[in-house]
Amino acid sequence: VSSALVNVPPRARRGEVIEIKTLISHPMETGYRRNQLGARIPRDIIRLFVCTYNGTEVFRAELHPAIAANPFLVFSTVATESGTIAFQWTGDNGLSATESAAIVVD
Amino acid sequence: LSGHGARLLGASALTLLAWTASAGEIPPAERRSGYDFMSRETRAMQDDDTVNPGMLGVLEGGTLWARKTGTAGRACADCHGDGRASMKGVAARYPAFDAALKRPVNLEQRINLCRTERQQAPALAYESRELLALTAFVARQSRGVPIDVAVDARTKPFIDNGRAAFYPRAQSRSSTMAAPRSTGVRASSTLPAASVTTRTGASGWPATRSPRRIRRAIRSTVSNGRASARSSAGCATAWSGSAPSRTSTARPSSSSSSCF
Repeated sequence: VSSALVNVPPRARRGEVIEIKTLISHPMETGYRRNQLGARIPRDIIRLFVCTYNGTEVFRAELHPAIAANPFLVFSTVATESGTIAFQWTGDNGLSATESAAIVVD
Repeated sequence: LSGHGARLLGASALTLLAWTASAGEIPPAERRSGYDFMSRETRAMQDDDTVNPGMLGVLEGGTLWARKTGTAGRACADCHGDGRASMKGVAARYPAFDAALKRPVNLEQRINLCRTERQQAPALAYESRELLALTAFVARQSRGVPIDVAVDARTKPFIDNGRAAFYPRAQSRSSTMAAPRSTGVRASSTLPAASVTTRTGASGWPATRSPRRIRRAIRSTVSNGRASARSSAGCATAWSGSAPSRTSTARPSSSSSSCF
């Protein structure tokens, strides 16, 4: 079970550059490790992170093995209109986690 | 100076303990939080809830709080309601005395008591992800609340025991040797080989680290109920001193120190 923390400023002025922080809990198994019997431990990572702003993609990150457990991503975008900023993480073992935050743009 | 005294008067270590306890205690005004010792980066991470990975545990704990579990089919929330309100200040009172067990329990133990008694669910393993998450969630509701552990007639003996175990940490091994006896585990009548070589520094047993290792060994001995018969577990047998394993207590220091 993944749980995610997102931080989006609740209010912003139109045209303002806002910083968005996301942190998701995920154990990360690189796929490079072997168990005590020598068998490879299957990879379990988050492959893709996508952030959409009222349906428009504003940020995307492809993740690869051995980047981070609990990946913490910070990025910025321009506050254009009031609405919803949605986040989606997808990965191995059918992982699909979503989170969203509302923003009011004056 | 106090360390010197303890070493010289190892035989009367117990009477000395009371003295060193008061002498070694840091006045309340000079006590510093672990926060003061963190680097600037770590502090910044801890100060920002959206960056602090510990908050993931709090988040998960909040989910677990509402999840029904056990044969009773009850969630924490079914008895305690919204944890964000009902758990305010609770963690600051722990460890708290449990009347049924007649000893103090910490927050994790309290959660597990709730699980086994109210939810009729198996106790969670100490330091397991779930127990850490629930504990973090409960403790989060006491942020900023001063620690308020009750010091009364019931808890006093335990606090005194803790003080006696805490303060001789950096002293000679002769005083820490009192610990196994007072916890009801019979210490070996002869010192294990490892402790003799400590003085020479050859066995890689820094004196400051050994009490924790001793406690771990005691814990494993106690949890086994008796001395482990496995000679490979030299760490457990070395300190148990009970009859069946006495032959194995004279193990070379290298094997004892490697498994601690």
